[in-house]
Amino acid sequence: MLDNDPYVIVENDIVKPGKGQAFNRVKVRNLKTGRVIDRTFKSGESVEAADVIDTDMQYLYSDGEFWHFMDPDSYEQIAASEAAVADAAKWLKEQDTCAVTLWNGVPLSVTPPNFVELEITETDPGLKGDTSGGGGKPATLSTGAVVRVPLFIQIGEMIKVDTRTAEYVGRVKD
Amino acid sequence: MANPQTPSWQPAIDLSMLQLRAQLLARIRTFFADRQVLEVETPVLSHAGNPDPYIDSFSCHAADGNNRQRLFLHTSPEFAMKRLLAAGSGSIYQICKVFRREEQGSLHNPEFTMLEWYRSGFDHQQLMDEIQALLVALDLHEQGTAIRRLSYRQWFLDYAGLDPFAVDQAQLLDYVRMQQISLHADPDQDLAQQPWLKDDYLALIQTHIIEPKMSDADLLFVYDFPASQASLARIRDDDPNVAERFELYAGGIELANGFNELTDAHEQHQRFLQEQAQRERKGLNKVPFDQYVIDALTAGMEACAGVALGFDRLLMLAAKKSSIQEVMPFPFERV
Repeated sequence: MLDNDPYVIVENDIVKPGKGQAFNRVKVRNLKTGRVIDRTFKSGESVEAADVIDTDMQYLYSDGEFWHFMDPDSYEQIAASEAAVADAAKWLKEQDTCAVTLWNGVPLSVTPPNFVELEITETDPGLKGDTSGGGGKPATLSTGAVVRVPLFIQIGEMIKVDTRTAEYVGRVKD
Repeated sequence: MANPQTPSWQPAIDLSMLQLRAQLLARIRTFFADRQVLEVETPVLSHAGNPDPYIDSFSCHAADGNNRQRLFLHTSPEFAMKRLLAAGSGSIYQICKVFRREEQGSLHNPEFTMLEWYRSGFDHQQLMDEIQALLVALDLHEQGTAIRRLSYRQWFLDYAGLDPFAVDQAQLLDYVRMQQISLHADPDQDLAQQPWLKDDYLALIQTHIIEPKMSDADLLFVYDFPASQASLARIRDDDPNVAERFELYAGGIELANGFNELTDAHEQHQRFLQEQAQRERKGLNKVPFDQYVIDALTAGMEACAGVALGFDRLLMLAAKKSSIQEVMPFPFERV
């Protein structure tokens, strides 16, 4: 905890004269803003540990203002703000399990599953017979996300997407 | 870190680095053999630790049960080597592993290799000459050119623009506040859990202002440290503020620390007691000092100069690497 915000240590190097007081030159990232800053600590100084945990939670629904998640073990529900959900929002499908970072029980950030299966709600009609996927076209998914898909993909189909790269992985066959 | 992608069982360095390491060790041994300096080995374990409040010793137990004698891994071989000197060994050197807790970073590994040597009858200026000769022998310095020598005072004047002997704590606080150092705790605020000593400010300026400016600089000896940073060096006869201690820098990285050695048993005892008192004030664990070295100095040790050189950092210099992990087969993350 620095200046009342939770931080994660990115880098920590010790600098020390031949004899005498050592210092730690630390790079830390603010978990709320993502900003990385430098700090020098005199060795031996301590800081309060931030009560930050990552936990798997099931996404339930959004009411437009908050995104609601449930702990699958305790059935306890929490509401994440837009700032916490951020870019993850476009990948959230009801019932999917996400990693939620909690600070003092309040969601700081949400990480969607690496792969999600979503329905195509809008895309140009594809060309018949094209199975190569070369070139591709944009397609809008049920969550609002837009990804490039091969030309043969049609409205109503389910596709698998890698959320880390926003890339089409494949068609989901029932 | 070197090759973070390789599996952890594998060495972090390749064969050529192992060969360079072996080659440097062999050339160092030849250098000292040619000069009739005797290679010695002393124990890594000791019943005494290093009471220096800025060095943290590893400790362990020799046996389980009721007779759990506590032992320390040495942080440098100096106490045992001084017992040899007092017993009449003459000039000696040692290459050994030393251990320091909580020292891990791009220039620090908790276990590292030290080259330490003592020269009977030398003073610290003569020992600097010999270090220069060693660097020439290792092709790390050009023959016939002198390594620049700066007094600690001049070093601070040139690189930080202040006289470390003339300033007081209030001036140092002002100076530090004006620099672009993002300190977690202002030295003068409640957050600073330990009161800052004058030497703490000087250490901050040295590591955060001076050393970064030396990153492209050549080799440099810094000598005549403040008496408050004497460690095990003699205080100069004609100036009680100055200790006959020196350091060797290579591009802002400290390579070696040397002394015109303290030979006065009473003074050595006083310094151990002061260090123990400092440890207590800082809330650090109690570390017994080495009574044997006091006894050895009481019996008499001839005047000598000694230096400890970080062998891994020397290898960094030879291989042009910027982190110590890049020259060790198994840095601490892989032990």
